[in-house]
Amino acid sequence: MKLIYPLLLAAIVGSANAETPKQLADAYSSEAATQSAGFKPSGQRGGAFFAKHFAVSERMPACTSCHTEQAAQPGRHAVTGKEIKPMAVAANSERFTDLAKVEKWFRRNCKEVVGRECTAGEKADFIQFAMESR
Amino acid sequence: MKMLRSALLLAIVCASTAAFADRMPIPANAPPAFKAECGSCHLAFPPQLLTADDWHRVMATLDHHYGDNASLDEKTRKTIEEFLFRNSASGYWSKVGPAPGNPPRLTSTTWFQRRHHEVPNTVWQDKRVKGAANCAACHPRAEQGSFSEHEVTMPGGRRGED
Repeated sequence: MKLIYPLLLAAIVGSANAETPKQLADAYSSEAATQSAGFKPSGQRGGAFFAKHFAVSERMPACTSCHTEQAAQPGRHAVTGKEIKPMAVAANSERFTDLAKVEKWFRRNCKEVVGRECTAGEKADFIQFAMESR
Repeated sequence: MKMLRSALLLAIVCASTAAFADRMPIPANAPPAFKAECGSCHLAFPPQLLTADDWHRVMATLDHHYGDNASLDEKTRKTIEEFLFRNSASGYWSKVGPAPGNPPRLTSTTWFQRRHHEVPNTVWQDKRVKGAANCAACHPRAEQGSFSEHEVTMPGGRRGED
């Protein structure tokens, strides 16, 4: 979390303002590698995390409570019913292109659904999953 | 003739008032943070649907926002609050009146209830609706600030004018 900004900054120096999902996944992976040497993001792990029934929150026991099991399909907020754009990058090109937004929603939703902040490794896996989802 | 003119005038006033009530576009000077922070989990609600006092109560309790923690940094919170105050229910919209609940719910004002009195419970409870705060479930152009009764389509196909 602390490292992500400098790492990302290093990754995007000279490029446009917006980030790409790959850059974000790489930056989170580099941060994860400082704790677990040789860390590589895994879409499969990310998918399992996405589908996991944490059951911390009654209203939102899993990511899929709002985002549905089909990451390429639109979701629906479990409480308000508002439509949520797809998580899959292939279906929604805005996903994972703004670091501040990504950090904000990981912070909020991890706390709500997982019951704690997510690790850099979990975030890298999650983005990898969203990049691979069709 | 004079009576006809009065009746015509009345008809025009009524029609324009009704059209006014149907249109609640987000003011052009809305800060970008309003849409970003208040329009993700639910529709960015028209500010005129709550009084300034009620918006104050909403914005003072963002850490327990209808069951969610929606807290913001103080600068963003203040920017949004000032925007809401400037555009809150007053003038034409003062008829909205105070909202019950803590934090107050804009779907609980007597004005809102009156405007939706014909909506059956089965519609509010429909899984595609989930509750009164999901404006867009029946008002397809709610995002654009259009709440015309002619546009209403309730899940299951029922129209607003039926």
